Amino acid sequence: MKKELPSKVKNLGWALLFVGIVIYAIGYTVNPREAAFNNIIGFLFITSIAVGSIFLIALEYIAGAVWSVPMRRVNEFMGGLILVAPIVAVPMFFHLHDIFHWTDLGAIGTDELLKGKQPYLNLNFFIIRFVVVFALWNLFYRLFTRNSLKQDLSKDQKLTTINIRLAAVFLPVFAITLTVTAVDWAMSLEPHWFSTILGVYYFSGTVLAAVATATYIIVKFHENGYLQNLKRDHFYSLGALLFAFINFWAYIAFSQFLLIWYANLPEETIWFMKRWEGGMQFVSVLLIIVHFAVPYFLLLPQEAKMNLKRLKFMAIWILFAHLFDLYWLVMPTYANGVTIGWMEIGFPVLIIGLIIVVLGYKMKRHNLMPVGDPKLERGLKFRL
Amino acid sequence: MSKKQLYSITALFDSPDAIINAASETSKAGYTKYDVNTPYPVHGMDGAMQLKPSRLGYFAMAFGLLGAVSAIGFMTWVTLVEYPLVIGGKPFWSWPAFVPVSFELTVLLASVLSIVAMIVIYFKFPNNAHPLHDTKYMKAVSSDKFGINIQANDPKFDEKVITEFFKSLGSKDIAPIYFDDEELQHGQKLFDPKFIGILLLVAIISSGATYLIFNQLMFMPPFNWMMTQEKLKAQKPSELFADGIGMRKPVEGTVARGILPYPFKGQPDSAGKYLVNPSLPTKEVLETGKQKYLTFCSPCHGNFGQGDSRLRGQFPNPPTLHSDKVRNWPDGNIYHVITEGQNVMPSYAPQIARDDRWAIIHYLRALQRAQNAKESDLK
Ligand code: HEC
Repeated sequence: MKKELPSKVKNLGWALLFVGIVIYAIGYTVNPREAAFNNIIGFLFITSIAVGSIFLIALEYIAGAVWSVPMRRVNEFMGGLILVAPIVAVPMFFHLHDIFHWTDLGAIGTDELLKGKQPYLNLNFFIIRFVVVFALWNLFYRLFTRNSLKQDLSKDQKLTTINIRLAAVFLPVFAITLTVTAVDWAMSLEPHWFSTILGVYYFSGTVLAAVATATYIIVKFHENGYLQNLKRDHFYSLGALLFAFINFWAYIAFSQFLLIWYANLPEETIWFMKRWEGGMQFVSVLLIIVHFAVPYFLLLPQEAKMNLKRLKFMAIWILFAHLFDLYWLVMPTYANGVTIGWMEIGFPVLIIGLIIVVLGYKMKRHNLMPVGDPKLERGLKFRL
Repeated sequence: MSKKQLYSITALFDSPDAIINAASETSKAGYTKYDVNTPYPVHGMDGAMQLKPSRLGYFAMAFGLLGAVSAIGFMTWVTLVEYPLVIGGKPFWSWPAFVPVSFELTVLLASVLSIVAMIVIYFKFPNNAHPLHDTKYMKAVSSDKFGINIQANDPKFDEKVITEFFKSLGSKDIAPIYFDDEELQHGQKLFDPKFIGILLLVAIISSGATYLIFNQLMFMPPFNWMMTQEKLKAQKPSELFADGIGMRKPVEGTVARGILPYPFKGQPDSAGKYLVNPSLPTKEVLETGKQKYLTFCSPCHGNFGQGDSRLRGQFPNPPTLHSDKVRNWPDGNIYHVITEGQNVMPSYAPQIARDDRWAIIHYLRALQRAQNAKESDLK
């Protein structure tokens, strides 16, 4: 069952990719600093989807889940973004001084706090971390998918056992590497600031983005006659997962706020003050509405989680919300107040293009269902 | 057998699919008084049974709102009306702190009261018995079978037709269920003497056990080992002393170590005249003075004693410490102000040890000299 994306969609993907590259190029020539900050958002966004998908694969193996087996290939396809994510990051490495205050050795000399953090926050170690993290993710992605694809032909149950073991190794690695990524690319933008929960915060968005992407693609496939055997029960589970992580995000976001608000230490509260001044207070409130209130009520009814139209809409909505969330994380460091211009709107185009192109590339080559997986039969028969 | 009153006909099925099918066929056949029992919630059952959406959701919503409103209301009352406390310099009504409690209470009331409501509405509390209880059917559907039963008070009830009907649906285990004779005669069992008796017994045993453990057992060895200690506890009587009082007053004419009574209460002039700074302004003393000054005095007097308080008007700003008055004061006068306070400035005697107070004065003198440096100081 190898299928191709309709050529219309494929062409759209290439077109978006091309336009995206042009936008990046113009952005970097016009205002490299703003472009670099937008690049962080795009990079974190694509990383979210990629590594979140790998996390979902690992989760399925380690939890022994059956319901998601028929849809696992979509995660495996989207995990493929892990190869292009570091490429998206490349332009930023030429502008690290524009983004990260801590790369300024002069500033470190006069700043006790930066001096204290220098053993971690220094350029060499930063690059090493980046390389190691992505090497690990790519390695695990290769291993997972290689075994899964091999199983399509050999139907060997041992491959599932191997992947379960692999998942057990991957999950702690994932926890550490994802935290490192959140600390490096989001927290260190404000090198004085710290929040021990920021890694979890980014994780909640990561899983949301991955589930939302998968949900959209799975529903689209289903509607176009690809994953025909999926039932309401499968869609309900996807909807429930989205709903759960919407709540998880709100929980973590509030936990972070509550502790900082309580302790009231200037070096921590400054981060929220920046998001509460110069118009940003409206953006912050809007984030709560877009990222929590609206999806919460739209996904709450049981029916909503099985309604394909609603699911598709919510998936796109949540992807946008995650993008918005990253904007909220990153942009206040670029400038005080609200920054919104053509770059903020145009930069995500590249990422959308990349997602479509990678999806088209992967699905042309591999079966849409893991036909050799011993749990597939039960997965198809799954009911709540 | 014939005397027994029939309650319902039951049928057992092996799979959730079979029971869904059975339920939808039953409702299609026009039966209304029937129920389905399964070991776990089977999704899609409400559709198959053509049930109206459950009312329980509205109860849960109402109870949840009740929890949220009472939590927020109570905390508002406490923090604004009953016991306003400044905590961490935050406003009295600090809503972020309310969120966790309100959330917990919302969830707690919504879940607990919904269960109570379910017991009252669906199980018709205080009725505590049901003909299905303690039957083979109930044992089966609470382990691995899926059951359906049509009750005898259904308008279309006919024992033979229904048995055939269940057979045609594929059930191999069809049985009638009869009312318990005893139950029919006794009516509600809640006020049965036996039941009340057991309830009383449980109450007596549990409260008795609590009493024995906390009031008796805890006072027996070895559980009382920590309780009997040779030391005197504050505010407790003691047999050792003739007057029976455990806490002792200091011996007449003595003072405790490290505590010197202040002889110049209310007499700043005598303090200025008779007190002399006992320490010398060495480097260490000045360092201590600086540290203590920055900790205790600088919030009001400013880091350099200029009266530029950091408290943003929450406390009256003090005058500068570089006035001619304070500069010409003998050390004893400043010591007096620190020890006793002056007008709105409170006493710092409890916080700052005697030697540290003198160290602060040395540091203050250094500040004054730095602000009013003379030509000769530069040499
Ligand atoms: C809570 C704020 C506060 C703190 C803390 C405080 N002071 Fe004061 N201080 C005042 C105020 C207000 C006055 C003025 C009192 C008055 O109206 O006479 C004052 C007056 C004084 C004076 C007399 C000045 C004058 O011109 O009459 C001296 C000396 C002084 N403080 C020393 C100290 C020292 C030393 C410390 C640290 C141990 C200290 N104060 C801590 C509030 C404070």
